[in-house]
Amino acid sequence: MATVEVTFSPLAAHVRTARLVAMAVARRSGVAESLLDEVRLAVGEACSRAVEAHQARYPAEPVKVALSDEAGRFEIEVINTGSLAPGEAPGRLPGAAAGDLAGNKGQDGPAMPRDGGAVPPGFSLAVIAGLADDVQISETGGGTSVRMSWPLAGPLVAGPPP
Amino acid sequence: MANGWDNGRMALEGSVDLKLANYDKDGIEIVDVEGEIDVYTAPRLRELLIDLVNNGHHQLIVNMEKVEFLDSTGLGVLVGGLKRVRAHDGSLDLVCTQERILKIFRITGLTKVFGIYDAVDDAIAARKSER
Repeated sequence: MATVEVTFSPLAAHVRTARLVAMAVARRSGVAESLLDEVRLAVGEACSRAVEAHQARYPAEPVKVALSDEAGRFEIEVINTGSLAPGEAPGRLPGAAAGDLAGNKGQDGPAMPRDGGAVPPGFSLAVIAGLADDVQISETGGGTSVRMSWPLAGPLVAGPPP
Repeated sequence: MANGWDNGRMALEGSVDLKLANYDKDGIEIVDVEGEIDVYTAPRLRELLIDLVNNGHHQLIVNMEKVEFLDSTGLGVLVGGLKRVRAHDGSLDLVCTQERILKIFRITGLTKVFGIYDAVDDAIAARKSER
């Protein structure tokens, strides 16, 4: 069972809340301070992606986030209803290098996300891949799971404060 | 003097999630951004950039020195702004020295697309030298 589980309605406003919870749990679990920004950005990307997927197809279904610290790693799993979007494939991460990202090719070569606030399929996953050293994407019985983890820096802080 | 674009709101922990302000300096429109640019707040930045371009401001500098968080949605908005000004032979440069923000530009390769400077004056000087 995860240390902390968060379920929220698919509204953009709640993504910040999910980021704050993930940061708090990561810090308490013992993730190094130098990695917390990466955790915050990665969970934000995963939750934003899930919210957009739900708003398009499953607006009444909640997004689920599970945070756990086991076997020396802090793990975050973000689960949304529905399958991967076209351009996203299970087990295959889009390259984080500029030229590998989907989208319009800029004049100078690197890919650009589309205008309008939307980004091409796989863009968020590519960012996550650039942040976490362990990322797994899978489709599970009606849902999609984005699982990512970071090493714990020290002993777990599980008990009450001294 | 800054115009009245401040539409920041109080959020969790009492912090402001996004504040926007813009002003003219040496014929270039400076956009000061403070707070978090994410899937929730990015539409407000997009509206401002669109409004500026529609009002004839095609030389833009986005000052991100007070940005605490930027995700791919925010990147999309900045790229959208860049595409709009380029359609008018304009420019959109960034001011940012924060490693936490610069990292996402590096991961996505967008450091090759934007001019990124350490200070607003540096960005203005670089832009004027190209004229």
